[in-house]
Amino acid sequence: MNYHWNWGIFWDISPDGAHSYLQTLLLGTTWTLATAFFAWCLALLFGSIIGVIRTTPNAWLVRLGNAYVELFRNIPLLVQMFLWYFVLPEVVPQAIGTWLKQQPNASFYTAVVALGFYTSARVAEQVRAGILSLAQGQRLAALALGLTLPQAYGFVLLPMAYRIMLPPLTSELLNIIKNSSVALTIGLMELTARARSMQEFSFQVFEAFTAATVIYIVINIAVTFAMRALERRTAVSGFIGASPAAAH
Amino acid sequence: MFAKFMLPAAAAASLFSAQAFAQDLTGTLKKIKDTGTITLGHRESSVPFSYYDDKQQVIGYAMDLCSRIIDSVKRDLKLAKLEVKLNPVTSATRIPLMANGTVDLECGSTTNNLDRQKQVAFTITHFVTANRFVSKLSSKFKTVDDLKGKTIVSTSGTTNIKQITEINSQKNLGLNILTAKDHAEAFLMVETDRAAAFVMDDILLFSLVATSKSPKDYVISADALSVEPYGIMLRRDDPAFKKVVDAAMVAIYKSGAINAIYDKWFLKAIPPKGVNLNLPMSAAFKKVVVNPTDSGDPAAY
Repeated sequence: MNYHWNWGIFWDISPDGAHSYLQTLLLGTTWTLATAFFAWCLALLFGSIIGVIRTTPNAWLVRLGNAYVELFRNIPLLVQMFLWYFVLPEVVPQAIGTWLKQQPNASFYTAVVALGFYTSARVAEQVRAGILSLAQGQRLAALALGLTLPQAYGFVLLPMAYRIMLPPLTSELLNIIKNSSVALTIGLMELTARARSMQEFSFQVFEAFTAATVIYIVINIAVTFAMRALERRTAVSGFIGASPAAAH
Repeated sequence: MFAKFMLPAAAAASLFSAQAFAQDLTGTLKKIKDTGTITLGHRESSVPFSYYDDKQQVIGYAMDLCSRIIDSVKRDLKLAKLEVKLNPVTSATRIPLMANGTVDLECGSTTNNLDRQKQVAFTITHFVTANRFVSKLSSKFKTVDDLKGKTIVSTSGTTNIKQITEINSQKNLGLNILTAKDHAEAFLMVETDRAAAFVMDDILLFSLVATSKSPKDYVISADALSVEPYGIMLRRDDPAFKKVVDAAMVAIYKSGAINAIYDKWFLKAIPPKGVNLNLPMSAAFKKVVVNPTDSGDPAAY
């Protein structure tokens, strides 16, 4: 292959004049992490609410939850980003639309919202599955003890369901970090976008994307270990999940 | 006696080198000769340089130039038949595909600059564009100073965004610079008022405006921020192939064939919509036609 390798490129000054290429990649990494973090908070909150109401006895709440999940799960993430970014400001009243469009970090907020809602549908599905995986007797026993439905969820069902859900939620968290790269299509200069612009400026395409790959892997391995630690800390002896005794 | 010895030796040496040239082809020329094919990398929507028309055929100004280059290569290698393969490339794939030998020539609108020459080679410049901005006529922006404090957009990874970033810090304009994924999206940001102006190569702005919903609503700035030469890209460290390609380009310029090719794409209606860009040859490009150059230094134009 006729390719001029230059690993020293990372220390060269990028066209912005102030940062080296490596620094621009790290700047991109902070945007990736910020986007993933805030979107994850949103996804966990909405995902939990929707997941819970889909297991309640109220048929209308269940239908509402189902509609929410189908809406956000069945539209490709890329399309959702475009809808939030380009279509939403045009369908709201013009003053609001103009205000939306003039926000300084519009692409960041849009990415958080789009990614948050998209992932919340997937989290909701896992929350529902987690709750349904509990024996029906748990719910009945809680209610028979005189707990209200919210109390039954809060004290009995959810503490167990969340422990069961931790492994799939770990995958979802890894996904949200990787999916944040879709935000480059609406102009967020996150890690992948920085790698792309680095290769455009320097033409060192393999170095740029190798660096991005390594950074993603390091972040995701760190997240995986942190979530495993969380699994072990929250494990209840004799109940599902990693048992503290098994972790040597 | 020494002189007597030298003469036949020199003659033999020159004979040997001539034979060596004919037989020991190297690099891309050898590959083309051995396989009987040449692969062109082309862009999908770089109007009017290299793009798909309404029949999904790849056409454009750079494609016309490349087909003439191919004719020259075929003549040089004395091939009866040379199969031409087309391979679409994007700004992200053009370098790997060039480096690994998938494409032999990239016929599009790639800026030739000194940084990029560390990775690839460029033949003679085939277009000289300038970095300008497009804005809505109603916003009345004339120079870059009028944009002070405004939100502007450019396409990520372009030399244009690099220049506007530099100008922004030099002139202390306080611009909020957005990046878009591609030209169409950047233009959309101006269309929907997300950005006040789009900074880009003027030729691309002309074609974006010409194909927009209401071309008369937009204006392209008169003052240029910089000069950018476009070149057809080939592998670096392949002087034999570059020599053939350069010679073909010079022949197009010297024979005057360039005028007809240029007029066809820039002064006449072009597919698919029959839009006429109406863009006469710039003074900078006329200079290149007279004195063909492959320089990647903007100061040379």
